[in-house]
Amino acid sequence: MPCLEVKNLTHYFGGLCAVSDFNLALDAGELIGIIGPNGAGKTTIFNLITGIYRPTKGVVRFKGKDLTGLRPAAITVRGIARTFQNIRLFNNLSVLDNVRIAHYAGMKYTPLEGILHIGRFGREEERISESSLELLDRFNISELAETEARNLPYGMQRRLEIVRALATKPLLLLLDEPAAGMNPSEVHRLIDFVRIIRKEFSLTIILIEHQMRLVMGVCERIMVLDFGATIAEGTPEEIQNNPKVLEAYLGQEAAV
Amino acid sequence: MSYFLQQGLNALQLGSIYALIALGYTMVYGILTMINFAHGDLFMVGAFFCFLAATYLGFPFVPALLISILGVAVLGVLIEQLAYKPLRRAPRVSAIITALGVGIFLESFTLALTPYPQHVPALMTNKTYEWLGVSISTLQILIIALSLGLMFLLDFIVRRTMVGVAMRAISWDKTIVPLMGVPVNLIISVTFALGAGLGGAAGTMYALAYPVIDPYIGVMVGWKAFISAVIGGIGNIRGAMLGGFILGGVEIFVAAFLPSTYRDFVAFALLLILLILRPHGILGKPHAQKI
Amino acid sequence: MMTGSSFFLSALAGLLACCIIQRYKLINPYILMVMMYVGINIILTASLNLINGYMGEFSVGHAGFMAVGAYVSSILTVRVFSAQYAQWFFPLALIAGGMGAGLVGMIVAIPSFKTRGDYLAIVTLAFNMIVKSAIENIDAIGGPRGFLGMHRLTTLPWIFIWTVLTLWIIRNFIYSNYGRGVLSIREDEVASELMGVHTRRVKVLTFVISSFFAGVAGGLFAHLLQFINPNSFNILKSTDILIMVYLGGVGSIIGSILGATIFTVLLEILRPLQVWRMVIMPLVLIFLMLFRPRGIMGLRELRLFVPEQYRKAVARWRLKRKKYDAVS
Repeated sequence: MPCLEVKNLTHYFGGLCAVSDFNLALDAGELIGIIGPNGAGKTTIFNLITGIYRPTKGVVRFKGKDLTGLRPAAITVRGIARTFQNIRLFNNLSVLDNVRIAHYAGMKYTPLEGILHIGRFGREEERISESSLELLDRFNISELAETEARNLPYGMQRRLEIVRALATKPLLLLLDEPAAGMNPSEVHRLIDFVRIIRKEFSLTIILIEHQMRLVMGVCERIMVLDFGATIAEGTPEEIQNNPKVLEAYLGQEAAV
Repeated sequence: MSYFLQQGLNALQLGSIYALIALGYTMVYGILTMINFAHGDLFMVGAFFCFLAATYLGFPFVPALLISILGVAVLGVLIEQLAYKPLRRAPRVSAIITALGVGIFLESFTLALTPYPQHVPALMTNKTYEWLGVSISTLQILIIALSLGLMFLLDFIVRRTMVGVAMRAISWDKTIVPLMGVPVNLIISVTFALGAGLGGAAGTMYALAYPVIDPYIGVMVGWKAFISAVIGGIGNIRGAMLGGFILGGVEIFVAAFLPSTYRDFVAFALLLILLILRPHGILGKPHAQKI
Repeated sequence: MMTGSSFFLSALAGLLACCIIQRYKLINPYILMVMMYVGINIILTASLNLINGYMGEFSVGHAGFMAVGAYVSSILTVRVFSAQYAQWFFPLALIAGGMGAGLVGMIVAIPSFKTRGDYLAIVTLAFNMIVKSAIENIDAIGGPRGFLGMHRLTTLPWIFIWTVLTLWIIRNFIYSNYGRGVLSIREDEVASELMGVHTRRVKVLTFVISSFFAGVAGGLFAHLLQFINPNSFNILKSTDILIMVYLGGVGSIIGSILGATIFTVLLEILRPLQVWRMVIMPLVLIFLMLFRPRGIMGLRELRLFVPEQYRKAVARWRLKRKKYDAVS
């Protein structure tokens, strides 16, 4: 049974079709990429899968269960996490707090215990803090645990976003342009990073990217979107030579 | 039958005043996406300017009206320059709180200067006519006609002049427009002046229709006008006019059948329901947010 | 924070001091009155700060919740409980007032699910007006003429107890996972949802806590003034509370204390100016918005108020790690 199944996913914003008939069958452990020119609908697909929008048409099934129409929090709890194109950290909160929030859903005390700081409160808080710090340490950011997120350098912010997503203990990770703003050597490190977390956390990953080196270097399968429609699908080699892809990116002249 | 016509006429009168003030709210929202909570108090200042002009300067109707329009327009621009302009890039909260503050300042300042309600002298001879069993006064005709006239004038300005085009352009995209050579700050000031001026005119007409005025008349009327703007779709000029007459109508008919203390309650309940079910109003377009 | 026991001891000491002051009339009654108003205002400010400061929402009609609490508690002590026992039932009446306000708060939370910013401001103001209008239309409780007959049940010790309780609960709430949920909503609501936070539940919870305490403040207010009418809870009152929040500092307990204290005291000092007070106050507010929009202690907190477990979490973990590494 595929881990993620997307069937006939279509979404309209008013009269504009952002995504048309997107289909995907993803097995557990796969690492695939979605590429395409700006405005092709890639982020919208992520938004639809994670519940930010309710799709106009189509179905999203995760581990056999229908996710369509659920609220984002409910979807995250089921095991899907994502990062954002333009980093959405909790800027005025500390690095540690950013990760601690990811433990919200698994929290084991009631509001009353939270208000009075009694009962399971102490132990749970300790557990959450430790789990968060361990994770931060694993990725070498624990030194900055008490710094405010907005004061981190850009590369660290990107890393923190991924760490935060990992803290929700996902099975499927959606990375939206994780290499944006990175130079070639940073991209190289990111490639290793993605491979490592995939193995260590047993993740299935979908990647949206513009940086071809990252996509070709790490994805097993690639889907190409243009104006909301899927124009090609295949291995990196197949995609690189596909005339339709070249046309979408570079225009008709280049494809010839 | 004549009862309904009579109430209809009252509704038109009330609706005209609401519509004029609603225009001020909607124009400022359209161009700055900001709700000028102090606008109702500008209306009140207009009424007081009329009072001052009539009592201390002895002016007849037309000059008093002009003074009130111009005076409030200038005041509006002043407030914009001193309090709102510096906050254009600030978080919305600051702008709204400032607007509330400006409103309270205007009320308190006026109260400090005139601790007791004031009586506005009659500036025109008010004759009452009978027609189809309905009594119409020249004052009512004046209010309705003048309001409609001003509204058409505004509509004309917005749709047919360069200033109007600029205003509409800025409400769509504030960043690109200056790059096209439009003096954005000037247009914004003009917008404020127009909106405030209309509010001032409404104030004068209110002062004539209800000659006893106090610094707090702007509060409720301001809110009703704001509700009108929301009904019609805030940011939409024709919507503001429509909303004003709708609310005027609703209020008059509620007052006809229920105790008058329910007027405000119904108006606010209407606002709440509207905001929950159709926040963009009748003529407004729903706002999609890109994530 | 000082450890649990030292906190309780100092709170107890403070309470004792208040009882003594009240009983032996050690302070001039006017100043006593001002102190009690400060307490009520602290409760109002801290509770509003929860929604506006910590959660970053825009509630502008806080006086509406105060009104509910004031009327519910007053009706109970005047009409329901018999006069000689009113004193003993006072805390119950206050809590009932708070719960009534909390119920209204739950309703107000619902529009906050879909609206933000300006629109929420209008919704909350509309609620304020509706509550005021509704009270004016209920003749049985005095309508526009107001309601009286309350005994002077509010005393300094009671104010002290409720102020400390409010601040303690709010502080506990903020430094818990729920509190983090609140903060994350302020920072980025969409990201917050995606991290698994049930934003709707958190919003409802926060509104309820906030309005509960506003209701309690209303009850304390009613039994201090011994007369309430709908006009005491109009937009001007809501604006006063807003001023206190933005003066003292958003998202800060010490900020709430500062804002409430400075505002109340300043208002008293400026009393000789009479109506000109209300001319200066909004100017102060506008000035604040222009130059220091987050308030004096915006988003900052007194170390004393931060729970020790929270403050030392990282240090403790590092220590544990060192021990662990040393052993292995």
